[in-house]
Amino acid sequence: MIKKIFKTTSPTLTIACRELKSHFDSLSAYILLVLFLGFSGIFTWIYGSDVFFYGQASLQAFFSTAYVTLFLLIPALTMRTIADEMRGGTIEMLLTKPVTRWQIVGGKYLSVMLLIIIALALTLPYYVTVACLGNIDHGAVLCGYFGLLLMSSAYAGIGLFASSICGNPIVSFLISLAIGLLFHIGFGIVGHQFGGIGGQVAICFDMNSHFDSMARGVIDSKDIVYFASVTFAGLFAAEKTLESKTA
Amino acid sequence: MDIIVKNLTKFYGQQKAVDNLSFEVKAGEILGFLGPNGAGKTTTMKAIAGFLTPTSGSINIGRYNVSDNPEMVKQMIGYLPEHNPLYTDMNVIDYLRYMAQLQRIRASKINDRILEMVNVCGFEGEKHKRISELSKGYRQRVGLAQALIHDPQVLILDEPTTGLDPNQIVEIRELIRKIGREKTIILSSHILAEVEATCDRILIINKGHIVADGTADQLRKASSGCECLRITVEDANRNDVVRALQSLDTVELVDTVADKADSFEVQSRPGESSRRAVFRACVENGWVLTELSPVETKLEDIFRELTKQ
Repeated sequence: MIKKIFKTTSPTLTIACRELKSHFDSLSAYILLVLFLGFSGIFTWIYGSDVFFYGQASLQAFFSTAYVTLFLLIPALTMRTIADEMRGGTIEMLLTKPVTRWQIVGGKYLSVMLLIIIALALTLPYYVTVACLGNIDHGAVLCGYFGLLLMSSAYAGIGLFASSICGNPIVSFLISLAIGLLFHIGFGIVGHQFGGIGGQVAICFDMNSHFDSMARGVIDSKDIVYFASVTFAGLFAAEKTLESKTA
Repeated sequence: MDIIVKNLTKFYGQQKAVDNLSFEVKAGEILGFLGPNGAGKTTTMKAIAGFLTPTSGSINIGRYNVSDNPEMVKQMIGYLPEHNPLYTDMNVIDYLRYMAQLQRIRASKINDRILEMVNVCGFEGEKHKRISELSKGYRQRVGLAQALIHDPQVLILDEPTTGLDPNQIVEIRELIRKIGREKTIILSSHILAEVEATCDRILIINKGHIVADGTADQLRKASSGCECLRITVEDANRNDVVRALQSLDTVELVDTVADKADSFEVQSRPGESSRRAVFRACVENGWVLTELSPVETKLEDIFRELTKQ
């Protein structure tokens, strides 16, 4: 059993490691980290409704800026993942190795998530600083980070799907931004404009409502199910698109 | 390990790329795959390598079916795709390591295999370069190294010598010959001389069908039913020679050679040889016969004849 699990995960890990390495080799990882830390740092500490504006020892300000920053940066991370393999023909190399399409999609997803975990880990000094400034709710912070991870995972799934649609990274970027925008504000607007069952359903798809409760420190199983299903739907669609392109 | 392709058919939308193709390759055999552009060579090779799913038909490698046991089959196959796609942002060693890991070579053996591939394929001086800095010939070698790294039983090489200089072509050919002693190899090429030099058997396909299958000699025999001689006669009148030769019983047709006044091409009737008769005719007329040689049908001619339609 363990051997079997190891066998199926090892190509995924191999692919994830290579992807992560290529992100760092091509500078794209550094640029993204700088942008992420820069934006979230400015809006958490210096400008707008920052920590001092709230006057509370909480990371609310950081979570809301990180939420927007990641929304914009994740499509940039995922746009090349599958699109480049298709355009360069290297997908043929991968698929003629004993590797399944799921392992390829999984490996790419994992590499994006690892990079986001690195980015979030680098914001731990924010947490330490705020904890020194006052009495911080440790549970809420943990919960907020967890929420950011879940939300990133959902966008990573969407981004991978967008990347699998066509061989052009810029088009992939725009598609994933468009789908992301739908989840980010589209469903919310529709839901609040129209009442009734349709509106209710739209609200269910709205990412804000699911994220806000987590950022406040409430973990609800329905939020986790929501993020997990968006992620899975994205990865599933990516795998299917890959299958239709290579069959 | 044997490769058995049965009734392979592949449609791209409405277009039929491969039409009910069946053939076998025995273990240890090197099969040359010939055909004009768009004949279905690459499609067939992609299907054997498990990249394309055939519309119908089955492919077996050893005991395993490609569509039922893709993972088992892919571990036994080394595949060099047509355009040799590589990760150009990686360096050679990293790339080979990545491919070795994906082929599930044990971690302790990976370094040895990489070193061996560097030696066998000969890019010792290039091994620390980025792939984007390599010339086409070296890229091709890296592609070949990648296909060989897990010591596969079966090798599928789609135009392995494109972009190589003549020296490299000879080297790669020798390499394929050497490896081919214990492995089953299918290779496709446009260069007919190359296929003749490296392959045990030749398969010519056209429009998705097999049009010829056999060794180079067998193909020659099958296509040239009649003996064809090239002769040179000196000290004679051109017209007399043609008349005399044409009157022989075994001769079907006499042709003059365009740029040589003394040379003729003599085609015999099916199943007959006119060598002796030609010699006697010359002796009787007192002509000096300075050349009498059989004309071998070139593989190019066979190829053109079979794939013309």
